[in-house]
Amino acid sequence: MANPPIAMLAELTHRCPLSCPYCSNPIELTARETELRTEDWVSVFQQAADLGVLQLHLSGGEPASRRDLEELVTAARDAGLYTNLITSGIGLTEKRLAALDAAGLDHIQLSLQGTDAEMADRIGGYKGGYDRKMQVSKWIAAIGFPLTLNFVMHRGNMHQLPRAIELAQEMGARRIEVATVQFHGWAMLNRGALMPDRAQAREASRIVAEARAALKGRLVIDYVPADYHADYPKTCMGGWASTGLNVAPDGLVLPCHAAQTIKTLSFDNVRDRPLAEIWHDGAAFNAFRGTDWMQEPCRSCERKTIDFGGCRCQAMAIAGDPAATDPVCIKSPHHDRMRALAEDFSGQSEAELTWRVMEKSSS
Amino acid sequence: MTPEEIPHLPRGVRLHYDRVREDWVLLAPERAVRLDPVGHAILSRVDGASSLGQIAGDLADTFNAPLEDVTRDSAEFLDGLAERRFLEVS
Repeated sequence: MANPPIAMLAELTHRCPLSCPYCSNPIELTARETELRTEDWVSVFQQAADLGVLQLHLSGGEPASRRDLEELVTAARDAGLYTNLITSGIGLTEKRLAALDAAGLDHIQLSLQGTDAEMADRIGGYKGGYDRKMQVSKWIAAIGFPLTLNFVMHRGNMHQLPRAIELAQEMGARRIEVATVQFHGWAMLNRGALMPDRAQAREASRIVAEARAALKGRLVIDYVPADYHADYPKTCMGGWASTGLNVAPDGLVLPCHAAQTIKTLSFDNVRDRPLAEIWHDGAAFNAFRGTDWMQEPCRSCERKTIDFGGCRCQAMAIAGDPAATDPVCIKSPHHDRMRALAEDFSGQSEAELTWRVMEKSSS
Repeated sequence: MTPEEIPHLPRGVRLHYDRVREDWVLLAPERAVRLDPVGHAILSRVDGASSLGQIAGDLADTFNAPLEDVTRDSAEFLDGLAERRFLEVS
């Protein structure tokens, strides 16, 4: 039997006031009418805790778009889960933050689209968003919530990295995640506008290394590098179906954000099947669990239990086969093409952004 | 960390008994750190009032171990947590 998961990402809704062009939500967004109800989520949280989940990430879309967020946090804490809110800050008021405090919310991760209003509001597609976020960060600090700032980085805002690290300190954050955009979901439509070039990616790594040394013990920096330019793939999800799972707004249970891009997989829904059964026996979870599914060059590779062949969705997107080696890997037969794609996309200086849009629901 | 200093767990960091794996963990922002029995023995004495010296003294008595070793090992463990912002010192 598989080890139990440690973390669950609950995508409470796909609704969001922002329309970031790299949104990790799928292109086909879930409408409000089909979202799980409060009592469904409460049951999912209890099932997750019983299964062994310790960390719950409440995400979206924008989780504050759910009017029952406070109730959901109470339920998550009652289930014994460490409860983290992943938010843009838009939709949070001083009063709501106080209610989330009373509900027992453990930690807040605040996203940062840019370090000034011009950049942040352009990327988020929401005027006034940056100023609002700065106000929300002050309320967060006043209450004393532990804070992580999440700077989502791409070719257009990488030069703001040093300022983002300063901002994190000014906000009193304990951590900053410096996350280069990963190309799934809406970001796939924007590779030409968002892909950093090799020199930029290297410079970002240098800045992170320097800041880590300078800020040791004061600010923890987690870093997701630009993987198109790497020689070895990321250890995606710590290995497929090994440590974490996602629940989509409509109750579908996914091994990762982008798993629905692998059309050969079928997914179970928490409305139909217990979460533990889905984790242990679900077809999508067992598809790439462990190492038995691997082909060459992964199968005989000494790194196979280090990176587990990288990202299945990236293998699907670039190599057309979800069981292939992640083409980021220098051992992949598709690596040269991956490198050429990265060069091509990062050089498209005229590329326009395509912002996320949600179809208006029919009701 | 010196023996006079008083360690405490900041908001958002807490000891948690993992009933599924029957093990103690330290839960922190976006991290869960599995604790061995020594780590748990140290952290269960971190109450925001006891100094490192008092914690080490109690551990040395309880486990019948040399105070100097216990103090050094505890300081090293707690310093490691402080570096990751899982622990604060006053």
